[in-house]
Amino acid sequence: MRKVAIYGKGGIGKSTTTQNTVAGLAELNKKVMVVGCDPKADSTRLLLGGLAQKSVLDTLREEGEDVDLEDIRRAGFNGVVCVESGGPEPGVGCAGRGIITSINLLEQLGAYADSEKLDYAFYDVLGDVVCGGFAMPIREGKAQEIYIVVSGEMMAMYAANNICKGIVKFAEAGGVRLGGLICNSRKVDNEREMIEAFADVLGTQMIHFVPRDNMVQRAEINRKTVIEFEPTHPQADEYRTLAGKIEENTMHVIPKPMHTDDLEKLLIEHGLAG
Amino acid sequence: MKAVKEEPNALGIETVDPDEVKQTLLAKVPTKVARKRAKQIVINKTGEDPEVPEIGANTRTIPGIITQRGCTYAGCKGVILGPTRDIVNITHGPIGCGFYSWLTRRNQTRPAGPDDYNFMTYCFSTDMQESDIVFGGEKKLRTAIQEAYDLFKPKAISIFSTCPVGLIGDDVHSVAREMKEKLGINVFAFSCEGYKGVSQSAGHHIANNGIFTHVVGLDDAVKGGKYRINLLGEYNIGGDAFEIDRILEDCGITVVSTFSGNSSYDEFANAHTADLNTIMCHRSINYVAEMMETKFGIPWIKINFLGAKACAKSLRKIARYFEDAELIERVEEVIARELPEVEKVAEEVSRRCEGKRAMLFVGGSRAHHYQELFAEIGMKTICAGYEFAHRDDYEGRKVLPFLKVDADSRNIEELEVHADPERYRPRKTAEDMERLQSEGFRFKDYDGMMPEMMKNTLVIDDISQHETEKLLEIYKPDVFCAGIKEKFAVQKSGIPMKQLHSYDSGGPYAGFRGAVNFYREIDRMVNSKVWKYIKAPWQESPELTARYACD
Repeated sequence: MRKVAIYGKGGIGKSTTTQNTVAGLAELNKKVMVVGCDPKADSTRLLLGGLAQKSVLDTLREEGEDVDLEDIRRAGFNGVVCVESGGPEPGVGCAGRGIITSINLLEQLGAYADSEKLDYAFYDVLGDVVCGGFAMPIREGKAQEIYIVVSGEMMAMYAANNICKGIVKFAEAGGVRLGGLICNSRKVDNEREMIEAFADVLGTQMIHFVPRDNMVQRAEINRKTVIEFEPTHPQADEYRTLAGKIEENTMHVIPKPMHTDDLEKLLIEHGLAG
Repeated sequence: MKAVKEEPNALGIETVDPDEVKQTLLAKVPTKVARKRAKQIVINKTGEDPEVPEIGANTRTIPGIITQRGCTYAGCKGVILGPTRDIVNITHGPIGCGFYSWLTRRNQTRPAGPDDYNFMTYCFSTDMQESDIVFGGEKKLRTAIQEAYDLFKPKAISIFSTCPVGLIGDDVHSVAREMKEKLGINVFAFSCEGYKGVSQSAGHHIANNGIFTHVVGLDDAVKGGKYRINLLGEYNIGGDAFEIDRILEDCGITVVSTFSGNSSYDEFANAHTADLNTIMCHRSINYVAEMMETKFGIPWIKINFLGAKACAKSLRKIARYFEDAELIERVEEVIARELPEVEKVAEEVSRRCEGKRAMLFVGGSRAHHYQELFAEIGMKTICAGYEFAHRDDYEGRKVLPFLKVDADSRNIEELEVHADPERYRPRKTAEDMERLQSEGFRFKDYDGMMPEMMKNTLVIDDISQHETEKLLEIYKPDVFCAGIKEKFAVQKSGIPMKQLHSYDSGGPYAGFRGAVNFYREIDRMVNSKVWKYIKAPWQESPELTARYACD
């Protein structure tokens, strides 16, 4: 089983990209489990056709210690196993600790056991690595492979660089590696070249350039992935390609994060300063 | 300003060079750590300059050093509000914090009658679980307050924050406000998360600020008594406050409130009606006295009831403040009645204890005050230091203007206090205060511990386990005084150890009868033969010998 975590700046399109890509993998007859690590519990909405999921932490709170695996996972598109970690309302409690709790519970309950015959476990993680809890998927070998969703916007690249710093920190101890950058295009000038150059400096690859297309939004409002909503649309093929590239990917590296100054220089070189 | 007492070779340790000892203590730590510790290890010297040397104090312990210190929560909940009997003290946190801060200091209390509340025998905690950490613990706290109220109908409930509460950001103060309104009793909270300060001292400050803000001044009724004082910084360990109360009562002095030994909510609420604040433990409470003077016009003086002579001196000082012939006479009568008996025991015990040497590493005032008791039986204090005191407790209040305000001290709220428009009433006119002072009477006086220690004694702030062991090895003192964490390590090295936090199982040691108890206890300890028999078998004859199989 490959354990993959998707990180990236808040609002960059992690959940959308993850679910569409997972749908692509599901079409390839891969058995995938998606673990949403966001307190909003909206990481599996497109795969399940709505927010029908009861989160791990809600279940734990209501049922006590006596939780069955079947209480917290649902089958989504093409048999994708969907789990939402869940968490407190904004401004209350500790969401990071919640993620630790729920991943531990999943492990205890055998969600990752060989008998489950999973090909992939995907972690869709909230925004930046803000505290120890959100780093949980890359700690202690929970996830081995990280993909960072990024765009040509400056703050997205900043965030990606910071996430790389987090990966370096845990790479030695936990064996986590960076699999590549996924560019979710915002139609910034020279975006492809810039992200390719950025990936190059980090010592990784831009695994795929996902063009911007309104079809993604249309599918989303219909609570579906593009692959399910419009299987013949070119955007669906983009996600299938990304899924295929991840399936074939063997480039797993410890990234070399950049100094902020160098990152800014890179942006200027690619004409962002204008 | 007092000079350090000149008593060459008075330690009976003339063969030991204190500079060398200091170097030995610092030898094993990294350079940067040694540089910091060097400021906290001071040789009490005078030389040409009569001033005591500067000491580093109230700075963070370096991680990795085994310290004596406790946490902010321990200082707030355990030390200051632990001895209060009729406030339901709820620890908001996982269960350990509440349990291990419960009655460990042997604070005693005496409810006024069968109908009086006493919650000291209960330990209240919200017992936070993982789900409370994840989803926030405010709901559980609210439920706990309601439950405590339903069960006990107390006059007041207070809430103490532990570390995780600060991390997850539970708003304990808004819960307190809400429940205060709902229940119609006083409910207040303390942000005393353990990590918050340098030591428990920060917790004392938070606790006292809280009591001052939420309780003091709520009851204006001036109750009986001609000479009305507050006793601040006395925590009734082993019944100390009972003995002090007995003596004061015999003198005709009324204790309006004690902060916080044998205390009650109503006494705190009424404290501002006293006419004098007397301070035992300068460290834990001097700022309350300052605030009460500003807000209510009550002057404060430093006193000390540990040691028979100090006790007599303190009584005379209180009498002098009231400038009342009747009181002065009565105080003299009490002293004349009590002192001879104490002196008789001191003399008898001195025959066996004279010249023996003590080390005291405890508290924020105890390491100072107990030197008096030792001196009364002819014993010398050769090394001493505080756990959590600040520079003014070592060097005297004269250093106050020069204290550095750092991030840690800023972390603790400084209350801005003004004269209360209705309740401010100067107890003495400015002229009277000045006249008393010109006659040698000292208000707000504390010269600290160091001026009263001998030359060449070592003064060590926040002593570590390693330093303790080295000192024991070098000086082989006759008794070592500290707390429970140090007790058994010290005893293992064959040196009697007296706990001055909890008094082991003894006390009271304050006042006249307390002094007698202490003399006898120390006599028993330092003259016991048992310590000569504790060498481990392998120290006499090692069981195993070995050599390398090959070179």
